[in-house]
Amino acid sequence: MKFRRFAILVRQTSAWRGWPLAVAVVALALFPHVGGSFYVDLVLTTMILSIFALSLELLVGRTGLVSFGHAAFFGIAAYATALLSPSSQPPSLAWLLPAVVAIAALAALAIGAFCLRARGVYFIMVTLAFAQMTYFVFHDTKLAGGTDGMYLNVKPLLALDGDTLVDLRNPRTFYYATLVLLVLVYALLATIGRSRFGHALAGIRANEQRMRAAGFSTYGYKLAAFTLAGGLAGVAGFLHAVKDGFVSPEILAWHQSGAVLLMLILGGIGTLRGAVLGAFAFVLMKELFQSEALFGAFAKHWQLPLGLAVIACVALMPKGIVALPTQLRRFRAPLLHAG
Amino acid sequence: MPAEILLEATDVSRRFGGLLAVDCASLTLARGEVHALIGTNGAGKSTLVNVLSGEIPASGGSVRLSGRDVTRWPQPRRARAGLGRSYQRATIFAQASVFENCRLTAQAHCQRAYDLWSDATRCSDATRAAEQAIARANLSAQARRVAGTLSHGQKRQLEIAMCLATAPSVLLLDEPLAGMGPEETDRMLLLLEALKPGHAVLLVEHDMDAVFRIADRITVMVSGRVIATGEPAAIRGNADVQSAYLGESVDDAPQAAAID
Amino acid sequence: MDLAVFLVQCLNAVQYGLLLFLVASGLTLIFGILGVINLAHGSFYMIGAYLAYALAPLFAAQSGGGFPAALAIGVVLSIVFGYVLEWVFVSYLYERDHLQQVLMTYGLILVFEELRSIALGDDVHGVAVPGWLAGSVPLGGVMTYPVYRLFMSGVCLLVALALYAVIARTRVGMAIRAGASNREMVQALGVDIRLLYRIVFAAGVALAVFAGMLAAPVTSVYPGMGNQVLIVSFVVVVIGGIGSIRGALLASLLVGFVDTFGNVLVPQIAGVLVYVLMAVILLWRPEGLFRTG
Repeated sequence: MKFRRFAILVRQTSAWRGWPLAVAVVALALFPHVGGSFYVDLVLTTMILSIFALSLELLVGRTGLVSFGHAAFFGIAAYATALLSPSSQPPSLAWLLPAVVAIAALAALAIGAFCLRARGVYFIMVTLAFAQMTYFVFHDTKLAGGTDGMYLNVKPLLALDGDTLVDLRNPRTFYYATLVLLVLVYALLATIGRSRFGHALAGIRANEQRMRAAGFSTYGYKLAAFTLAGGLAGVAGFLHAVKDGFVSPEILAWHQSGAVLLMLILGGIGTLRGAVLGAFAFVLMKELFQSEALFGAFAKHWQLPLGLAVIACVALMPKGIVALPTQLRRFRAPLLHAG
Repeated sequence: MPAEILLEATDVSRRFGGLLAVDCASLTLARGEVHALIGTNGAGKSTLVNVLSGEIPASGGSVRLSGRDVTRWPQPRRARAGLGRSYQRATIFAQASVFENCRLTAQAHCQRAYDLWSDATRCSDATRAAEQAIARANLSAQARRVAGTLSHGQKRQLEIAMCLATAPSVLLLDEPLAGMGPEETDRMLLLLEALKPGHAVLLVEHDMDAVFRIADRITVMVSGRVIATGEPAAIRGNADVQSAYLGESVDDAPQAAAID
Repeated sequence: MDLAVFLVQCLNAVQYGLLLFLVASGLTLIFGILGVINLAHGSFYMIGAYLAYALAPLFAAQSGGGFPAALAIGVVLSIVFGYVLEWVFVSYLYERDHLQQVLMTYGLILVFEELRSIALGDDVHGVAVPGWLAGSVPLGGVMTYPVYRLFMSGVCLLVALALYAVIARTRVGMAIRAGASNREMVQALGVDIRLLYRIVFAAGVALAVFAGMLAAPVTSVYPGMGNQVLIVSFVVVVIGGIGSIRGALLASLLVGFVDTFGNVLVPQIAGVLVYVLMAVILLWRPEGLFRTG
């Protein structure tokens, strides 16, 4: 009798769809204890990029707005972190992070208000153009060091009543802070996905005209999604600035915007786990092609195999990694029934 | 008892560059009636409907909804005020279930977009409105099916259901019978007949049999202008209408009337 | 600013604008007719410039027909290249959505950049002006102006006129104009749409490569040049309207003036002026000055 109940419990638990996610989070949490410092750093970079990709997923995957300028908000947040940090004392995380996110969101509000006046392919082009404008602001002016970039003088910490709770100067602490933020951003986007707002965005992606005919003021929804996406990209930008302690205009380059779009399509547009998977896949590919151990002197031309891989992945796996099991099943099924 | 006028278009014009697509068209829709809008191809019917729904702005004239001047209102605002429309080309959400299609359009009335924490599918107002709309459109049996798998006739019914889910008082229906066989047409006409009591319905159609079966009033448009408005019998006998159609469907209409 | 400087800057603006027109017209045609958003368009410009460098002995010949020969070689090669590229790659993009097109052509940029890096290295190069076009010429007794830049403007203007003549006066042009607004109808009328697409794409590539070759002596030849011209071309297409040659010409000249005078008057913010222009136009006309279809 007890065994039966136990068996049912095991079956129900193993059917829980959250297992892959839970396992992934635990694996990431345990990684610093088993991995070498180079790999831990790589995973850290990838987690930051995952947050960046997740922020764009809200825009591209859910709302159907293909933005080729998302790096602008990542970069603005990173620079804001450096600019707002005082030169001597460590700033408090409690105000620095929200402030940086708010700045990125405001920038997204302003830029989005213009870009969303354009539709379809025009939208893609103007987001690219505005991002390029932001790049020039930081690259050409002496606002923040120009082409030399800028250093983050002291890394922030979180303190309560004089006791330091979270000191981001400690690499281990920083790693776990990043993991916590990744989980929080993921959870936030999952919650938004189920909400009225999330459903409305999905409707706008499917057929904006029908949504307008029903009574939704779609411009407002799109602008809200754009602003939110920009703010979340700001979280990633903040982490990037704190990790390296240095910001340069290259993080605003359109290659960054292209890379994050690529991560989304690699992983699979339309799912949150696709965004994270895509980020990991992209970083792995880049590391692979840049590896001198594998390619020797040719490794400096890593953009060639990367470009070819991009073309191949988009051509052959347009629905991304998350759709692979279905694609493989469909591929195998006719073979199983043949002969 | 005079019928309540829900939608009134007065001298509406719409110009595209040099082309005057709609030329001083006037039209009223009263509660409890089906008002058919007919005309030859290119007569400006679709343009007029687009101006009435708010998708394109009028170049001249005014549109009043329940007495309020909505000429400058964008489409979403008019929709929230009770002006619903269905499209000639299906605008259903093919990937979602029939139920979700209606729930989503119903959500327009309880948008609460700032509420990010609650599950949208638990919103009782929207789910109730969706269930009622689906029932009225006789799609209850298909509620859980994926919309893309429905038959053509069922998709048109869904189109109407999505419109009904927003609790409109005025319905602008753009060729809801397009591509339907006789059985499906009968079903749709029964549905429209059942909708009459609470709504004002504008029906743009090419199927003359159906029009003469169900319309309480008919407006005829040619080359952007309204050339006649009145009861079906009067329209049938109108010399201008007959010459405009050059002996087409209008002449066949008396057979349909004899059946009633 | 005195009159001489003002006139010189005007001529510079026209020259830059017309050069930009060559690149942007290809981009707008490819998007308007083929429906493909082609990020690799800037790479063609870069290829043209490096081609001029590779053919430098011919190109910068002090006298004789070396220079026209080099240009002709470039145009022929680029037409062949564009034809083949459309056939093996671009034709697979027609059925795909914008995001996929964007990413696949982005991959193409990476491929072209690295191939060039392998073949010709990453250094910045200068290309000498052809001998018989070197030097400056006095204009109106007020100033002198480089002959080569006048030549560039002249050639670009001729190409613009030729483009106009083809599009407005020939049957191919008619098919192109019709194709811009209604692809299915053109096919229904029996025009071989595949051949038309291939021709249009090859022409677009040739225009960009030709522009790159012409520009090489003036801008010098460096790795990132394709990206910069691409984004400015996008701005031109947005301002002018997709598919509109007239729009591309007007917008190119507008951008030419804003950028040139911006660099002279307010160099600190000159880089962003073009984008401010785009933002202003977007507020007024979200689909460009001359939208088609």
